[in-house]
Amino acid sequence: METVIRTEKLTKRFGDFIATNEITFEVKKGEIFGFLGANGAGKTTAMRMLCGLSIPSSGDAQVAGFDVYKQTEEIKKNIGYMSQKFSLYEDLTILENIKFFGGIYGLTDKQIKTKSDSLVEKLGLHNEAKKLVSGLPLGWKQKLSFSVAVLHDPKIVFLDEPTGGVDPLTRRQFWELIYDAADTGVTIFVTTHYMDEAEYCNRISIMVDGRIDALDSPVNLKKQFNANSMDEVFYQLARGAKRAE
Amino acid sequence: MQSVVLNNIKKVYGKDQKIAVDNVSFDVNQGELFGLIGPDGAGKTSIFRMLTTVLLPDGGSATVEGFDIVKDYKKIRNIVGYMPGKFSLYQDLTVAENLHFFATVFETTVEENYDLIKDIYIQIEKFKNRRAGKLSGGMKQKLALCCALIHKPAVLFLDEPTTGVDPVSRREFWEMLKRLQEQKITIIVSTPYMDEAKLCDRIALMQEGKILSIETPENIVESYPDKLYAIKANNMHALLKNMAAYEKTLNSYAFGEYAHASFTDVALTENELTEYLKGHGLSDIEIKKTEVTIEDCFIKLLKS
Amino acid sequence: MKQFISFVKKEFSHVLRDRRTLFILFGMPLVQILIFGFALTSEVKDSKIVVVDYARDNASRAIISKFEASHYFDIEKSAMSHDDIYKSFKQGKIKMAIVFPAKFNETLLQQNKAQIQIIADASDPNTANTITNYASAIINDYKSQLDKTMAVPYQIFTETKMLYNPQLAGAPNFVPGVMALVLMLVCVMMTAISIVKEKETGTMEVLLVSPFKPIWVIFSKAVPYLLLSLVNVASILLLSVFVLDLPINGSVLLLLAESVLFIITCLTLGIFISIKTSSQQVAMLISLMGMMLPTVLFSGFMFPIENMPLPLQIITNIVPSKWYYVIVKSIMIKGLSFSYIWKETLILLGITLFFLALSIKSFKIRLS
Repeated sequence: METVIRTEKLTKRFGDFIATNEITFEVKKGEIFGFLGANGAGKTTAMRMLCGLSIPSSGDAQVAGFDVYKQTEEIKKNIGYMSQKFSLYEDLTILENIKFFGGIYGLTDKQIKTKSDSLVEKLGLHNEAKKLVSGLPLGWKQKLSFSVAVLHDPKIVFLDEPTGGVDPLTRRQFWELIYDAADTGVTIFVTTHYMDEAEYCNRISIMVDGRIDALDSPVNLKKQFNANSMDEVFYQLARGAKRAE
Repeated sequence: MQSVVLNNIKKVYGKDQKIAVDNVSFDVNQGELFGLIGPDGAGKTSIFRMLTTVLLPDGGSATVEGFDIVKDYKKIRNIVGYMPGKFSLYQDLTVAENLHFFATVFETTVEENYDLIKDIYIQIEKFKNRRAGKLSGGMKQKLALCCALIHKPAVLFLDEPTTGVDPVSRREFWEMLKRLQEQKITIIVSTPYMDEAKLCDRIALMQEGKILSIETPENIVESYPDKLYAIKANNMHALLKNMAAYEKTLNSYAFGEYAHASFTDVALTENELTEYLKGHGLSDIEIKKTEVTIEDCFIKLLKS
Repeated sequence: MKQFISFVKKEFSHVLRDRRTLFILFGMPLVQILIFGFALTSEVKDSKIVVVDYARDNASRAIISKFEASHYFDIEKSAMSHDDIYKSFKQGKIKMAIVFPAKFNETLLQQNKAQIQIIADASDPNTANTITNYASAIINDYKSQLDKTMAVPYQIFTETKMLYNPQLAGAPNFVPGVMALVLMLVCVMMTAISIVKEKETGTMEVLLVSPFKPIWVIFSKAVPYLLLSLVNVASILLLSVFVLDLPINGSVLLLLAESVLFIITCLTLGIFISIKTSSQQVAMLISLMGMMLPTVLFSGFMFPIENMPLPLQIITNIVPSKWYYVIVKSIMIKGLSFSYIWKETLILLGITLFFLALSIKSFKIRLS
C-alpha cells in the first residue's frame, strides 16, 4: 500500500509552548484516518502543517509525496480541505460555488460541467442547484462542501469537524460520502468530537498535550485500553491532559 | 409547579417568512433538567432567545416563573441566568474580572452566592488572573457557567454549552449540571449531542422548528416500536450497503462499531441474516439484540 | 450606581489592554499634530527668491544683504527684469520676488518714504503668507536701524502681491482642524466600534438579560471615551503651545467647555451609529465615510468653505465639526469671548440633542 502522509517527529513551537510535540505516523492510500484529541491538544496546529499552511519548527513530513517545508504549493494542489467554519460561499448559488472552486483548482470548463452534473445528481439537488447556498439546511451544506472539497480528485482530503451540529441522519449520510470517496482511493483525514464516528475510521490517533498517545484501529485501541467504547478510550487518555490551551 | 410554559410559540424570520419555531408548546417543571435536543437550525436558539426576552415571538405566549415573556420582561431578566451559544465573556478581562463584572451587573457580589458556584469555580480558580481569551474551550465554558449562575437565578438557560467541546469536558460539564439541579434551579439546556439527552429529566426532540417528541429519555427509548439489532462484520461500508439492499430491512444505519438495524419480519432469525451477509462476501459476522438509544429514536423520528 | 461604575471600570480595562486602541487614542493626536505642524505647513527655511534691484543704491544693497544673511531665504540670482520673474515663478523655481524701484534710496531720503514690491507664489497660501511676513520683518528691521539715526521716522511701504490665490482664502489653521478630526475619530468611531463589538461577541445578549437598564450599558460605554478625549484635547493644546509656539489667545476654560460639548456631540453620533449597525466593519465604514470625511472636506479646515458651490456650502452647516472648528478658531486664534460664539454653540447643542433623542428612540431593548 502506498503511503500518502508520513511524519517523523513533526514539531511546532510557539515560543516556549510546544503545540505539537514530535508526532510520528503514517497514513496509507484510501485509509480513513481519525485524528482525535481534546480541545487544545494540538490537532489544528498539526493539521495546518500537513496542509502546508504552517511551517514546522522541526521534524519531517511528506504529504502526497511532497515536503511540508519546501513544496507547500504542490501539497495544496493535491489535497482537499473542508471545515465546519468555512466551506462554501453563502451568497453564491450551488452551481456558482462548484464553478468557482473547480476554477481555482484549474479544472477545465468541460470537467466542471461534468463534475457538477454528477454531483447534483448524486446529492439530489436538482431543484436547488440554482439557489443560494445560504438557503440550504446545514446538513446539505456540509455534504455539498465535502463534495466540492473532493471536486479536483485530491489524493487526500482533510476534514475538520465536518459533522458538528448536524442531525444524526445527515451525519450518517455524510459518512457514506466519506466511505464512497475512500473506496475510490481518496485518503480521508478527519477530526471529530463524536466518538461513534471514531469507530467508522480505519485507524485513529489520539493526541494529548501535543503528543500522539495512542494510534491504532478502533478495535485494537479498545482492547489495549480494556474499554467497551471509543468514548472510554478517549476519556482514559484525555483525562490525564495537563494543559489548557 | 411549572417554571416555564410555552403556548404555541412561533417565530418567523426575514422577508421570506422562514419559520424558525413552528407553534411549539411545552412545560418545564420547577427544578427540572430539561433538554432541547436537535441539530443546528432546529429552532433551539430562537426558543432560548424568546424565553430570555431578547426576542419577541410572532405568535403564541410563554411565561417564565409566571411572568409573561413580553409584558414582564424586566422581571424575567432579574431571575434568569443565560449562557448564549457563543461563550459570551470578555476575552480581554481576566477570569476574576469577568466574574466580578457579571456579579455587579446582576446587583450582587461574588461572595454572596459563592457556595453556588464554588464547585465549578474551584476548577478554574488557579487561572483567575488569566485573561478569558487565553482559556481552553472547557475552561471558558466553566467560567461562562459561573457568570450565568452568580446571581442565583431561578431558571438557567444554556444554549448549546457543549458544542465543539471535547468529550471529557462535556462529561464534566454534565456532572456540574446534575449538582446544580440539587440546588432547585430549573435548567433548560440545548445540545446537538444525542448521548447527552439521557442525562436530562425530560427531553424535547426537535427538527426544523417542530417538536417531534417530548418525554423522559426512558419513555422515549421504551416507546421505540421495533426490535433493534447490532450487527458487525469485517467491512463496515459493505455491511451498510448490503443491509440497505436487504428486502426485510426496515431501517439500517451505522452506529459506532456496529450497524443498527430493524426488520419488517419479526420472525427473522439471526441465522437467516448471517447467511444473507455471508452470501455477499462478508465475514466475521456478529449479530445481537441491542438496547435502543435516544439517537436511534431520533433517527426513527426523522425517517418517519 | 455601583453597576455603572463597574461598567466604566470594565470599559477602561478594554481600552488600556488593547495596544492598537491605545495607539489610536494617544499616538494619533501626536502624529497628526506633527504631520500638520511640520510636514504639511510651509517649510520656510531657505526659500528660493529673486531680487530685482532697479535702484542699486546703498539702501537696496543693505536690505539685500540682510536677506542674504537670513537663513529663511536663499537668493537665486539678482538683477533680472519683471518678465524673468514671472518665468521663474511659472517654472516653480522661486517662492518669492522682491523688487526695488529705481531711485529707492533717493526717494526714501527725500520723501521719507519709499516702496518695495514683494511678489509671492500663493498657490501654497500658507507658505506665501509666512515668507512675506518674514520679508516684511527684515525690511522693518532695516527701517528701525535707520530710525535710530534720524529724528523723523522713515516709512518703507511693502507692496505685497499674491500670485495665483490673491485672497489667501482658507489659509489652513490646522490645530483646530486636528482637534475636530481627532475627537471625531476617538469619540465617534471608537465608541461605535466598542458597542458593536459587544453585539458581535454575544456579550450584549447576556447584558440584555440582566436587570441593568440596556440604555445605561450604552451610556456607560461613553464615559471612558469622554475622559480619554479630554486627555487628547489637553495634549493637543499642550503640543500646539509648547512645540508649535501657537498660543491660546482666548479663555482656556471656555475652550475646554466647548470641547466637552463637541465630545458629547461626537459620542451621541457614535452611539447612534452603534445602534443602527451590527458589525464592526459597517460601524467603522460609516464612521469614516459619514463622519471623518465630512470633517476633512466640509469643516473649512482643509478647503475654504467660501470657495465651494452654494449647495455644498449649505451642506457644511449640518457638519458638527464645522461649528466646532469655527469655535476653536475664534477662541484660540482670535481670542474672542463667548458672546461671539454663542450661536455656534447653540447649533452644536441642537445637533447633540437631536441625535440623543434619535438614539434613545431607536434603541431596542431586544435583539432586532
